[in-house]
Amino acid sequence: MSEISTESAKKFNMDTVANAAITPDVELPWAELGLKQNEFDDVVKVLGRRPTAAELAMYSVMWSEHCSYKSSKNHLRQFGEKVTEEMKKDMLVGIGENAGVTNLGDGWAVTFKIESHNSPTMIEPYQGAATGIGGIVRDIISMGARPVAVMDPLRFGAIDHPDTARVMHGAVAGIGGYGNSLGLPNIGGEMVFDSVYQGNPLVNALAVGVMRHEDIRLANASGKGNKVVLFGARTGGDGIGGASILSSESFDNSKPSKRPAVQVGDPFAEKVLIECCLELFKGSLVEGIQDLGAAGISCATSELASNGDGGMEVELTSVLLRDPTLTPGEILMSESQERMMAVVSPENIAAFEAVMEKWAVEYSWLGEVTDTGRLIIKWDGEVIVDVDPRTVAHDGPVYDRPYARPEWQDALQADTFTGSVQDAARPSTPEELKAAMLELVASPNMCSKDWITNQYDRYVGGNTALAFPDDAGVIRVDEETGLGFAVATDANGRYTFLDPYHGAQLALAEAYRNVATSGAVPMAVSDCLNFGSPEDPDVMWQLAEAIRGLSDACMVLGIPVTGGNVSLYNQTGTTPIHPTPVVAVLGKFDDVARRTPSGWAEDGQAIYLLGTTADDLDGSEWANMRGHLGGLPPAVNLERERELGAILINASRDGMIDSAHDLSEGGLAAALVESALRFNTGARVALDDVAARDGVDVFTLLFSETQGRAIVSVPRSEEVRFNDMCTARNFPLSRIGVVDAAGAALDIQGLFTAELDELRVAHEGTLPKYFG
Amino acid sequence: MSETPLIGGATLAPVDSRLAGARIGVVTFPGTLDDRDAVRAVRLSGATAVELWHADTELADVDAVIIPGGFSYGDYLRAGAISRFAPLMTKIVDAANSDAKLPVLGICNGFQILTEAHLLPGSMIKNDHLKFLCRDQVLRVENNTTAWTNAYAAGEDITIVLKNQDGQYIADEKTLDALEAEGLVAFRYMGGNPNGSRRDIAGISNAAGNVVGLMPHPEHAVEAGYGPGHTGTDGLGFFNSVLNTLLGDK
Repeated sequence: MSEISTESAKKFNMDTVANAAITPDVELPWAELGLKQNEFDDVVKVLGRRPTAAELAMYSVMWSEHCSYKSSKNHLRQFGEKVTEEMKKDMLVGIGENAGVTNLGDGWAVTFKIESHNSPTMIEPYQGAATGIGGIVRDIISMGARPVAVMDPLRFGAIDHPDTARVMHGAVAGIGGYGNSLGLPNIGGEMVFDSVYQGNPLVNALAVGVMRHEDIRLANASGKGNKVVLFGARTGGDGIGGASILSSESFDNSKPSKRPAVQVGDPFAEKVLIECCLELFKGSLVEGIQDLGAAGISCATSELASNGDGGMEVELTSVLLRDPTLTPGEILMSESQERMMAVVSPENIAAFEAVMEKWAVEYSWLGEVTDTGRLIIKWDGEVIVDVDPRTVAHDGPVYDRPYARPEWQDALQADTFTGSVQDAARPSTPEELKAAMLELVASPNMCSKDWITNQYDRYVGGNTALAFPDDAGVIRVDEETGLGFAVATDANGRYTFLDPYHGAQLALAEAYRNVATSGAVPMAVSDCLNFGSPEDPDVMWQLAEAIRGLSDACMVLGIPVTGGNVSLYNQTGTTPIHPTPVVAVLGKFDDVARRTPSGWAEDGQAIYLLGTTADDLDGSEWANMRGHLGGLPPAVNLERERELGAILINASRDGMIDSAHDLSEGGLAAALVESALRFNTGARVALDDVAARDGVDVFTLLFSETQGRAIVSVPRSEEVRFNDMCTARNFPLSRIGVVDAAGAALDIQGLFTAELDELRVAHEGTLPKYFG
Repeated sequence: MSETPLIGGATLAPVDSRLAGARIGVVTFPGTLDDRDAVRAVRLSGATAVELWHADTELADVDAVIIPGGFSYGDYLRAGAISRFAPLMTKIVDAANSDAKLPVLGICNGFQILTEAHLLPGSMIKNDHLKFLCRDQVLRVENNTTAWTNAYAAGEDITIVLKNQDGQYIADEKTLDALEAEGLVAFRYMGGNPNGSRRDIAGISNAAGNVVGLMPHPEHAVEAGYGPGHTGTDGLGFFNSVLNTLLGDK
């Protein structure tokens, strides 16, 4: 503090509310804390005086972009508005809580959410990625659920850039080091390399939890006289201002290192915290609970209080510290991991403490719930915060940022791949097509991700029915009935760059298709919207269009958004990342035993291609490999996606198919190779008929990324039934081949034969080559 | 562990009525992860799983004990180094060394704890490639006379799950020679050594054959659809073996 004037403030060396009232002109570091002038003025107006140092700390983090969604809020409303009653029927808890909750049936509920941990990962890859897992898992626990699975969609810079290896090694080891130690299977995700993410890698983390309906918990502090307790790890100096300083502005080399803003994780503490919380829930020992994530105690106290009866009084000197020199402001802002805050009724105090003792978890009673409508925080008895908690947690600034379709968008969309310079040497001979297939499956984005996923535990828990590289991760929830869920995440930054409205819809379509491909019925959506600076009208347009596109598409597919996260300012200087809305879709299985794996296994089964192929090479992996980005992404046809989904789900349920793999990035070529390598089983494939039917050449058939397609393998005994079903639904299908277990090759008849060993070497060699 | 597993109640395998009384304890430490899986494996084998807590001071009349995998105490200091001091470990060590020869199986972190507790020789250090590795792993059963391996054929190859960070088995040459000479190498890695373990050793036994430790996870290969390659159940033999031992069949 710059100036201390009253006697009491001197005594406590603290900026008290009383002190603030009589020293209106003290200079406060609001700009350094990330507040804008108008926002600081609003704080003064709300309080009727200047804020104390502690209050300033709270407002600065809670009104940050990361916590307040001030630039996106006006657009995000569409997720709540474009919802039908039908879409709501399975939604038990919607947007606004720590995570949405969906009814799974038989008294089970499932909660899932995806969040970003982009900026911390750029600065300190291991801890940044690790604490991303930690934070999302605590969100899931806060709902009363047992976490049962995680996933990590990752986007890093160019594979051969010297800094990519630093981020890659750190982030993957961090995700593994933290997630594996929690006993949570990592069942999927994505890995994309693109130089647009060089200075702004994207590390998104998804977690899923399950619970009985009666166990759902919400974050609120109700009941005057109930006690407020902080438990878990001690509060330290890590992560101070992470939300406001790191995640809410662009990186700039002129400022000092932001390393202290990155949190440091302790997965062991988190694992114990999970078990400890579940034991608290089981004994009904807490009235309300909130994890401490972004903005730490500031967020937990203000959100608990404003969601409950509106008042809370806590003594900040009761917080257990790792570092005794922390100031009240730092304590309020610290984002130290593995902490939870709960509200406990007086009669449960002893039982609560017994659970803490059993798990050797430290805790301290901070104060109690009041009915005053004020959040009062004291330091050694002196009031240093006296605010209406709603003004901190919910009444932050909201901006209608200007946005406009970028001037360059038309020229970008006019620059199609077909006929471009980069398309000059399009493969056409059998030898060229074979070389193209090998090059595709070895390319950074299409190559095997085993190097990454082998560092994650996919087995722990014993309920993993499918995991990467299958299209969706599938987890059994009820061992008696086989009830379970599938979850998949997808995004395509290139598509979204070309057309944000449809690009976001394509992300949803692919995640939906992946879930349906596994055999599950899609139920709910969570999204992580990774964009550049909202202060750039071009970026703001991308964001507005993506949200509009995504919410429109959710209506058509009939699945609601139940939660998510917005990550802005992902840009280096004035160059933003591609707009990257990562969409997670969750689906339901009545019995996961019916799940459909992505690879061929049974000799002699017929291989069918569902859907038709057009010239959709703009934005494709092939165009990307040739250094071209322009044109329009593949057309979106959500009715077609629904129909395809229904076919895949019914075929799974009725035992008509033994494998299914969706066609997306890399098109048919990638899908054929992945289906063969999954269980090391070859096939004979003939493409001439289907190419003629669709009026495309074989290259386009293999590499185009037309949506609404999948390949399935069908036992001979089911072929008639499967054909009849597709015909009845008027869905185009073509028998393109036969599984050939003995051949050990992918034989594209009349063109070329690729030995599985040859494909495997190409597919699996890339990541080890770059990352060891 | 006092909590009833939220996800529980596996369909029981056909039960030999003589097994009903067989009580297999599964120990939970803070940071243990694969305890539910071990409990499920015991149940699928037909025996009764008894959940034990590290701070317990009695063995609750169990007939055998499994120390499951995980990161007990976060692997802090050294994997297993803190857990070995748990009150229950003292009881387990005494019972394993007693005339009753309590069968004890240590899986992954459990194996590390058994070496720290000196029930088995050697130790585990970080994998030679320095990364966590999760994969389906082929093992050769080198000794099928122990309490936990007698359901397998000698020299049989089985596929179970390997997943660890500190899985490189090391011991001095004299100890390794003794293990080989006495036939105490229970399992060896096949198809390439995944972590630099000395002499491809994946698991070992004590001289009496009642204590076995290994890094890979048999409890993750007991149920078709949830194990290696979606179909593998090769791990069930561990749990059937100990029941053979308890029933005096082998």
